[in-house]
Amino acid sequence: MSDAPVVDYHEMWAELGLDLPMHDALLEAVGGMYGGTFMTQKNRPEGMGYLDFVMSEVHGLRIKELHDFRKSGGKVVGTYCLYVPEELIRAAGAWSVGICAGAEWAYDQVEQILPRNTCALIKSMMGFKLGKVCPYLEESDLLIGETTCDGKKKAYEELGKLQNLYTMELPQMKRPKDVAFWRSELVDLIAKLEELTGTKITAESLAASIKEVNDKRRALQRVNAARAADPSPISGLDALLAVQVAFYDDVPRFTQSMNALADELEKRVADGVGVAPKGAPRILITGTPMALPNWKLHQIVENAGGVVVGEEMCTGSRYYEKLVNEDSATIDDMLDDLAAKYLDINCACFTPNDGRIDDVIRMAKDLKVDGVIDYALSFCGTYQIESAGVAKRVTDSGVPVLRIETDYSAEDVGQLSTRVEAFLEMVK
Amino acid sequence: MRVLGLDIGSRSVDAVWLCDGEIVDAAVADSGFDPASVAAAFVARGAHDAIVATGYGRHVARESFAANVVTEIKAYAIGASKLFPDARAVLDIGGQDTKAISLSAAGKVADFEMNDKCAAGTGKFLEVMAKALGFSLEELGSASMAAGPGIQISSMCTVFAESEVTGLVHRGEDRGRIARGLHESISRRTLGALRRVGAEGPLVFAGGVARNPAMVALITQGYAGDVLVPVEAQLVGAYGAALSHTTGGLS
Ligand code: SF4
Ligand code: SF4
Repeated sequence: MSDAPVVDYHEMWAELGLDLPMHDALLEAVGGMYGGTFMTQKNRPEGMGYLDFVMSEVHGLRIKELHDFRKSGGKVVGTYCLYVPEELIRAAGAWSVGICAGAEWAYDQVEQILPRNTCALIKSMMGFKLGKVCPYLEESDLLIGETTCDGKKKAYEELGKLQNLYTMELPQMKRPKDVAFWRSELVDLIAKLEELTGTKITAESLAASIKEVNDKRRALQRVNAARAADPSPISGLDALLAVQVAFYDDVPRFTQSMNALADELEKRVADGVGVAPKGAPRILITGTPMALPNWKLHQIVENAGGVVVGEEMCTGSRYYEKLVNEDSATIDDMLDDLAAKYLDINCACFTPNDGRIDDVIRMAKDLKVDGVIDYALSFCGTYQIESAGVAKRVTDSGVPVLRIETDYSAEDVGQLSTRVEAFLEMVK
Repeated sequence: MRVLGLDIGSRSVDAVWLCDGEIVDAAVADSGFDPASVAAAFVARGAHDAIVATGYGRHVARESFAANVVTEIKAYAIGASKLFPDARAVLDIGGQDTKAISLSAAGKVADFEMNDKCAAGTGKFLEVMAKALGFSLEELGSASMAAGPGIQISSMCTVFAESEVTGLVHRGEDRGRIARGLHESISRRTLGALRRVGAEGPLVFAGGVARNPAMVALITQGYAGDVLVPVEAQLVGAYGAALSHTTGGLS
């Protein structure tokens, strides 16, 4: 972001109908944040150069790729949640992009539609649309929503008034009949996607996309496994960024870059090279997803001398930990595999959701953490209600927990810093 | 070895000078609009081998005078357990925040809680309410002590509570009983925080609000263990910061 783009993309942005002055302001703000947050870190792995470049071109080169793809007849599908299978989108010949919702934008307009006490993620999702500053949204031929929490479910009705949006019904429990129902939703999605792209999903194309997306997850697994070392070879900020970028970057290119990064990290671990001194407090964060460019909590923890070594969240382990079975030969069997894998994600919209706490306890052990921070966005009922139960069981397992409720604003950074610093002092 | 401990808060800057672990001097000044220069004046007062800063201005002190820093949580824990070795919990109600800390037998922080963003239940809250009642801060405490049963105040938000109090005054309610009601609701809230961090055993009540006899009485009444108020309740943070230099703090 620090280098001025060589190419001027304003024409493309204008074509997309973006609000150019506001969009410039957004890019400048995000660029400044990126520089201040990421480029000031010491001793970063060289492999992060790829992500620095991708971020510097987040509204440039990548959008150009989407733009050209669409001009040649391709379709782009925007998604908001982990449950929407990227494999199906790709098998139908479309590209999938996760739409970010990690910054406060155009809240004045948002609050004319949504109540003030809506979570920051949902407000941001609407703000980027109403403020006309997100080229990914404007490049999306179809958005896919899902019936996860009530806030999102109802907000999609509003977003659907502004853009072509299709909502999948996600069950709220994980019994066999729910898996069967979710599988039927996948079948409907296939019809919807085939209608959009005019390309039929075949056993070959689906098997190939399952493999491709699994490879992306495997690469991220390698990057994240390296974080179990003390000292950690990569900062929490950089590791979080990798998963955030995974949602919208070109799949094979991203996978290759992450494998290269993992090679470097494994070498660093062997050489005992880290981003923080050995023995620095190691923190696992669990909770609501952190969409780009939400780096607030990681930055606070790492500025205070801690290292974030894991994220049990949708922008973290929930994204890369589980793979889809690759041994099936028919579309029918692959749909079973996909339904099973996706319904195995532990999101707070489900009841019961004890699997999430099991995951936190397991990760805390594997990553040898000193403390867990439970992170919930204000007005996110599902994660806030789970918070007390998470804290109780994790504390009982012998790992201290700090519970934080916040949003995207900078207002409470001072106060949060004090609490995080005190937590690090306490667990050291 | 001379160590200066500074607690740079939003309402006051407190300083404690230690020589080989013993207090040789102490001072308190209003933060004013530029707490950093108030702190700088303390730093300029004499020679010292190290400075440790705590409070919300601690990072400024790190940059300006290369001070080491510790959080208020740790500073209060160290200060309180030095003053009262049996202490197992600390309550600090300061100008803009409240901290409830439980301590291990070794005097280490076991758990803590701080109020979020707003000033509900802090010294600032009491100041605003005193004004709404036409009392000085001292009168607020003594009026509450002398009053009959408290009138319940339903809101703890400074803005809402202020209008509630104004409304009660206009209705001709007894100001002392309103003051008592305010103290009662702060104490209920504070005791809740102490319960949540698992505070048990002797409690050290520190911070500016510990000088308010009505608050001390209510906390003593509601807390299961002993409540200990240090003479210089306001200096516990600065004292703990200075002591942390030998016990080891985050630098
Ligand atoms: S937290 Fe739940 S609803 Fe939100 S993105 Fe993750 S899976 Fe979807
Ligand atoms: S953060 Fe919570 S409230 Fe917001 S969209 Fe996710 S589940 Fe819904």
